[in-house]
Amino acid sequence: MNSREITTQISEAAGSLNLSKWDYGASFSNDYSVQVDKGEAKQLKASQKQILTLRVWNQSNLVGITTTSDISESGIKKALKQANIASNFGNKNESTEFSSLAKDPIKVIEIKKRSPVGIKKLLTLLREAEVKLIESHESIKSVPYNGLSESFFERVYANSDGAFRSYTKSQAALYLYARAEEKNKKPRSSGSVKLGYGVEDLDIESCIKDASNKTISHLNYSSIKTDKYLICFSPESFITIINAFSSMFNARSILDGVSLSNKNSIGEKLSTEALNIYDDGLHEKNISSSPFDGEGTPTKRLCLINKGRIKNFIHSESTARIFKTIPTGHAGLGSKVSVSPDWIVVEKSKENFDLKTSLDHSNYEGEFVYIEELNAIHAGVRASQGSFSLPFDGWLYKNGKKISIESATVAGDIKYLLKNIVNIEPSQEVTTSGISPHIWVDELSITGDE
Amino acid sequence: MLSSQIKSNEIDFGSCNKDLLEEIIFYGIELGADFVEIFIENTDNSSVLAEEDFITSVSPSFGRGAGIRIFKEKKDGFVSTNDLTKHGLMRSVSQAIEMLDITENKKRKVFNGLNKHRDYSLSKKKWINEVPSIHEISEKLLVSTKSLKKNNKIKTRKGSYSRNLQEVIIASSDGTYVSDIRLHQTVGLNVIASDAQYRSSGSRRFGSSGMPNEFRLWDHEKAANDVFESSMNMLYADYVDAGQMPVVLANKFGGVIFHEACGHLLETTQIERGTTPFENKLNEKIAHESVTAIDEGISEGSFGSLSVDDEGMEPEKSVLIKDGILKKFISDRAGELRTGHKRTGSGRRQNYSFAAASRMRNTFIAKGEYSKEDLINSISDGLYCKSMGGGSVGSTGQFNFAVEEGYLIKNGKLTNPVKGATLIGEAKEVMPKISMCGNDLELAPGFCGSISGSVNVTVGQPHIKVDSITVGGR
Repeated sequence: MNSREITTQISEAAGSLNLSKWDYGASFSNDYSVQVDKGEAKQLKASQKQILTLRVWNQSNLVGITTTSDISESGIKKALKQANIASNFGNKNESTEFSSLAKDPIKVIEIKKRSPVGIKKLLTLLREAEVKLIESHESIKSVPYNGLSESFFERVYANSDGAFRSYTKSQAALYLYARAEEKNKKPRSSGSVKLGYGVEDLDIESCIKDASNKTISHLNYSSIKTDKYLICFSPESFITIINAFSSMFNARSILDGVSLSNKNSIGEKLSTEALNIYDDGLHEKNISSSPFDGEGTPTKRLCLINKGRIKNFIHSESTARIFKTIPTGHAGLGSKVSVSPDWIVVEKSKENFDLKTSLDHSNYEGEFVYIEELNAIHAGVRASQGSFSLPFDGWLYKNGKKISIESATVAGDIKYLLKNIVNIEPSQEVTTSGISPHIWVDELSITGDE
Repeated sequence: MLSSQIKSNEIDFGSCNKDLLEEIIFYGIELGADFVEIFIENTDNSSVLAEEDFITSVSPSFGRGAGIRIFKEKKDGFVSTNDLTKHGLMRSVSQAIEMLDITENKKRKVFNGLNKHRDYSLSKKKWINEVPSIHEISEKLLVSTKSLKKNNKIKTRKGSYSRNLQEVIIASSDGTYVSDIRLHQTVGLNVIASDAQYRSSGSRRFGSSGMPNEFRLWDHEKAANDVFESSMNMLYADYVDAGQMPVVLANKFGGVIFHEACGHLLETTQIERGTTPFENKLNEKIAHESVTAIDEGISEGSFGSLSVDDEGMEPEKSVLIKDGILKKFISDRAGELRTGHKRTGSGRRQNYSFAAASRMRNTFIAKGEYSKEDLINSISDGLYCKSMGGGSVGSTGQFNFAVEEGYLIKNGKLTNPVKGATLIGEAKEVMPKISMCGNDLELAPGFCGSISGSVNVTVGQPHIKVDSITVGGR
């Protein structure tokens, strides 16, 4: 069945069960991926997946939901029946409706249609990349984590009020994590990830180069003294920390009491007036962009922090109604609708204010710690308390020299971090989860082995 | 040899599928595969969330799918699909064959048909009728969240329950033909407490496998008291000072240190990648002589227990480390093929869309001879980690995990609560530093995410003392 036929099938089955109000989200995908090990194919993988999430409203306007991978006629009927049963336990204290924007026009980024290159081509490309990476430096002995994949998928949202929207898309990903070993030293590892709409869009050479340079740059390492340091966050690491604490901008989290913000936090000053943060799911550099969210609301650019102050929260249909605003295109589709950001864009506002503009990661000669990548976010972030303690990969810059930090954590409080931003470099860099310049923060605690 | 009269053109969980499975496996062998494995699952899951005094989410789900894995020498191709028809499964076999570029078939393997059906599901078919209903779950979760409301500093109360019922059929060209039903239930309580600028959280999770009545027996009052006390103890806690220090790790979920620091590095997937420092250390000392560590899948009701693994092998009890000496690795079929370490019944996957890999089950450090007090009394200045959060291990063996509830140890006594601690280190360096093991071994359920998805595990240990470890803080 195609998505139109599924909609018709659901409509007819719902009618036979006297369910007049329903909506659904579905995705259909074909994925292909390869991994290699020293020139040999290791695992080759293909999958065809389909997933359907159905919501129904009962006569008391309570919502029930069911998710299934069985999109046969009988599977759809069973899903509707289960959702109907679940609606007896629907949340009486917070109603859910169709998004008022579910029929608004959506903006689909036009891209050239990509076709699968096939497993053999994926394998050839990855083998070549592995060889080049190993040959790029004598200390690089293996590429233990690697993969090249391509996905082709369709996403659909439709409801009983006549909304219907779908889009098809492709995405390819390459990751290479090298391991370097030198005599009498600990092994060091680092890597790179590249995304594209198709395999032909992947910058494989730059992925190899990045993985090699990063890994080699960690070969000379040393422990770091436990102390407070001036920190420069790479674009990737700053976006990681903003995403980890995105509950500050999340209306669902605020209503659930797990956010550092509250309903009255709009306008609260969090940082220097030089800081702007947007969520921009449709940004041209966002390979994973989706033109609508789980409730069918169009995706759009939304300012989260303007000149250091909270400007907007991200919303689903129900949170928007409670906050007396409109949905922002950040909803999932669930029994309890989740809300999450799409693509973070950090930029320097037009105001410079009191930034220390001499802090530039490429030429600053004073002592500082450069945080390249934050790790173990799931373990080290207490979003509801605002605290974090995270291992990282990075370097200590001291006396004009740069040395990799052996093993260390950075710890602090997100509000303290934002308030202590001392510089925002002018140029932004694209990462896999957003865009940001390098961000400098003063006085964060680093724990090392010394 | 094989029936040419195929009785069914689609996998039917209520019927015998032997003829159809044999035809599909035979098809793969005919095309040149060395080995063909079919993993088919049918799931029936539900989850319930209670927040404050209301049920805010009920989420049932069900699905079916198959994962087909073909080996040619040491390479493997894996295809997953939702299409359980004969046509769909054969198409998946063809796709896997094509991926492996098998064009010649000079050394054809022999497939002698499937062995006698080993049906582990017979006594389990009634489970679906024995597990608590959504109504019953909701009632108990609401009582539980109400129990958390012990003072006005508790601002957020949550109770969550999930039940996964997975029916599987596993068939492969070595004759394996197995059916099983797995039931996992888990329930968790969470609170957030606040008072002026102070905030803390507390959480506990409980879980079982194969025990439909377990949720009814769960002592929610005890759990609520535990979570409440933890959040109150941590509410006004100072941040821990960073540094190197001795630590005592509590039993139950404290076992996450072994899981992260060492357990992952004893999976054969890590040998395949060349990312474990223990690869050539079999029968060598890798830990303090006080450490004996075990991975098994047989403890009745434990969250990581299995009747049969996802490759059709009954799980064994594997003594990984005996008195500090490395004795065994955790191995699956691919691990045995590629590293030579015999399978241990540890081939596990989240669902049909993942190929099985060597994964931990119930993993714990065996009990020693000391009391908890002996361990604490032996430290003049250190940290007691009463409750652990999650953790992870990197590709060079570096591990880290968060301490949810910690207390300073001064002169052999527990003193002030502290928060914000992260334990970091490297497996090779920390294992020899586990110098004392208590006599109070207990297990705790958890979820482990790795190459073959998220699987249910237990971690465990008695109280243990680590002579020195890096504590990240402020």
